[in-house]
Amino acid sequence: MKKLLTALLFAPLLAFASGAELHLDKAPVSTEPAALQNGAKLFVNYCLNCHGASYMRYNRLQQIGLSEQMIKDNLMFTADKVGEPMRIAMQRDEAKQWFGAAPPDLTVVARSRASEFGSGADWLYTYLRGFYRDSERPTGWNNVIFENVGMPHVLYELQGEQLAKVSEKDDGHGGKIKEIHLEQGKPGKMSKDEYDKATADLVSYLVWMGEPMAETRKTIGTFVIAFLGLLFVLSYLLKKNFWKDIH
Amino acid sequence: MTTKAQAVMDWIDARFPLTSTYKAHLSEYYAPKNFNFWYFFGSLALLVLVLQIVTGIFLVMHYKPDASLNASGVPVAFASVEYIMRDVPGGWIIRYLHSTGASAFFVVVYLHMFRGILYGSYRKPRELIWIFGTLIFLALMAEAFMGYLLPWGQMSFWGAQVIVNLFSAIPVIGPDLSVVIRGDFVVSDATLNRFFSFHVIAVPLVLIGLVAAHIVALHEVGSNNPDGVEIKKKKGPDGHPLDGIPFHPYYTVKDIVGVVGFLIVFSFIVFFAPEGGGYFLEYNNFIPADPLKTPPHIAPVWYFTPFYSLLRAMVWPLFGLDAKFWGVVAMGGGVVIIAFLPWLDRSPAKSIRYRGPIFKTLLTIFIIGFAILGFLGTKPPSYAFFGVIPGAPVAQLFSLYYFLFFLTMPVWSKIDKCKPVPDRVTG
Amino acid sequence: MSVDQKMDGSRRQLLLVTSAAGGVAVAAAAVPFVASLTPSERAKAAGAPVEVDISKLAPGQMMTVEWRGKPVWIINRTKEMLDSLKKTEGEVSDPNSEKPMQPEYAKNEGRSIKPEILVAVGICTHLGCSPSDKFKTGAESGVSNDWPGGFLCPCHGSTFDMAGRVYKNKPAPDNLEIPPHKYVADTKILIGEDGKA
Repeated sequence: MKKLLTALLFAPLLAFASGAELHLDKAPVSTEPAALQNGAKLFVNYCLNCHGASYMRYNRLQQIGLSEQMIKDNLMFTADKVGEPMRIAMQRDEAKQWFGAAPPDLTVVARSRASEFGSGADWLYTYLRGFYRDSERPTGWNNVIFENVGMPHVLYELQGEQLAKVSEKDDGHGGKIKEIHLEQGKPGKMSKDEYDKATADLVSYLVWMGEPMAETRKTIGTFVIAFLGLLFVLSYLLKKNFWKDIH
Repeated sequence: MTTKAQAVMDWIDARFPLTSTYKAHLSEYYAPKNFNFWYFFGSLALLVLVLQIVTGIFLVMHYKPDASLNASGVPVAFASVEYIMRDVPGGWIIRYLHSTGASAFFVVVYLHMFRGILYGSYRKPRELIWIFGTLIFLALMAEAFMGYLLPWGQMSFWGAQVIVNLFSAIPVIGPDLSVVIRGDFVVSDATLNRFFSFHVIAVPLVLIGLVAAHIVALHEVGSNNPDGVEIKKKKGPDGHPLDGIPFHPYYTVKDIVGVVGFLIVFSFIVFFAPEGGGYFLEYNNFIPADPLKTPPHIAPVWYFTPFYSLLRAMVWPLFGLDAKFWGVVAMGGGVVIIAFLPWLDRSPAKSIRYRGPIFKTLLTIFIIGFAILGFLGTKPPSYAFFGVIPGAPVAQLFSLYYFLFFLTMPVWSKIDKCKPVPDRVTG
Repeated sequence: MSVDQKMDGSRRQLLLVTSAAGGVAVAAAAVPFVASLTPSERAKAAGAPVEVDISKLAPGQMMTVEWRGKPVWIINRTKEMLDSLKKTEGEVSDPNSEKPMQPEYAKNEGRSIKPEILVAVGICTHLGCSPSDKFKTGAESGVSNDWPGGFLCPCHGSTFDMAGRVYKNKPAPDNLEIPPHKYVADTKILIGEDGKA
């Protein structure tokens, strides 16, 4: 028991020590309705089959310029009321059998994937563009920043196949760093630029979904701080007026 | 005042000391007239306490302390926080106020404590104020720690796991004690529910009681000031201190300026950077708690990290007891030793203005060391400055300094060359 | 020493302006807190309009559906039931539905869009119990020997006729509420939305 507890106490520290550095591509995140709508479409078609977004209600998509009818007709496959959240039909225990782990809920994924190496958007942008063929994996796919990922490359038909060229580099301390370079194999429906744009839209949508009120928050914040600025001046003048009594 | 209003006041005053309380604590509480910037943080701490209580009351209306999984496979507690953030009108503002308020509380309290050290506010006759203050700090740490479990994210869960396991380091009773604290063999629904109870009722009650005691004790002996002179020693013909001014209106109007200034900075974080760069809301806490998977980067929230560094600095077993036990002793001792400051300091002058070079030098190193300990506490033990200077020995060095600063204080504070302290406050 | 005595004009003015601005700030800060007390998106989603198929509702039958967590009755009234409304007219307190307990389109004798189909919120207007249906007439109903059919609230004994109109001298002050509703097809009712804002 005591040993176990000691292990639990220090386990995180050890795990911490082994964390490798990540090189992430900067995601061109957009807040434009067109990009967000395209991202929503991609999300609903490619992600929402396995991943839920169970805190995200369909009718909130109205915020990015979609009408209730458009949401009902084009985006709602898993619910029958626009007020319902984006749930999935798949059973969690079955999903666990298929993928080794139940696919996580994606509502706040863009917030949880942030790290010292970059924003959550950067991580997702790199991840979605980082799948490559790996015959040793049960799904046939691996990923440059998520080694031995359980998820197959669902955007395969868009991006096509990438192949990995592995090389080793000296890390400056006598060790070796494995470097993976990707090359386009069998092409998909999209060119590289088109695919980058599509993933950027999808990531923009995920960022928006992570905190749909983010833009409102900044707008309100501007007013709040401006008003407090005024109040600061007034209260300072008042203080000065009272304190002229004090010598 | 009109006669009618006066009659109502008289009626109340005959039954409740309203006017006399108002006079004693506000309109005829004489505070030194030379308070500076550092004296804002006491009233700000009170403001943040009120803010946390009010926002907390509203959060409890929507939050559910339940670790079981909902239909979508997400813990109910985690989902209820997202429910507050998305579905409850205005909920996101209230939640960000509360989460940013937690960090703001520690910022304000640390600065308030630093002020006390700068001007010797813990010295006789203010020892009890200082002890109440240390207890407030301890209660605040408990409050923050238990509140941090409630969102039931990965950092909530693993943070609680690690800290509760600290108690298991206590010889003999430790392992059983940690089970009693959790109410289970792991951090679980039982733990979540009792932490919720402590966080919303028990600890806040203790905090409010301690804050009241802190203020009553302060108003009994009167405030210290940047010169560290007792203004009560020089009284005018009216019986009021010559260097004192009524708290109300002079310090109420002044503190309002401080409050608004604070709110500007605070609002900036709430509305433009509520995650505080991952320090106020940690990224991993956006992942629901998973008892089977420890996240790769776990570190306590920033306000605990200096003390966490003290814990990690102890890596050698001593006297037949585990290093882990001594780590816990160092961490606990690091907080408790602060309470002894009134008796450790033997300097003839209270304020840094009249204290000698030894104090100024050692205090500067202490503050830098405390900040470095805090910084290293957010990093893995393998961290190295610029990739070359290893962090762990640096943390051990400053941990040693932390305790030496206090333990050797009776010696160096006595021999330090102080300047003469004036009779009256200056400027 | 009183502060009021030393209050010069500029200080008084400054104090007023600052207090006013501070008041505005406090009021603004209260907005999210008050807003958080109103129904959430989840509550609104649960309160969305409900579509009901009444093709299987035989004459004389009643069905109950949930709308915003409240029971909504749909009753297919027989000719006898509708005739009973003529008799009760003198005994109910608001026979012409003058009080706004129903949308404009249900302000008629049967308090309904189609005469035989009554849609009503099954909550007594007294203190919120749900009345029970007493469609049988006379002594058989257990209400009274000359009971023409209607509803009886078990909590405080308020009685309503077959159009949900409350009888005189009963604790309930108003007729049963008629929710906004509309026919989307001949036998399909949408409860909670009537196309008029």
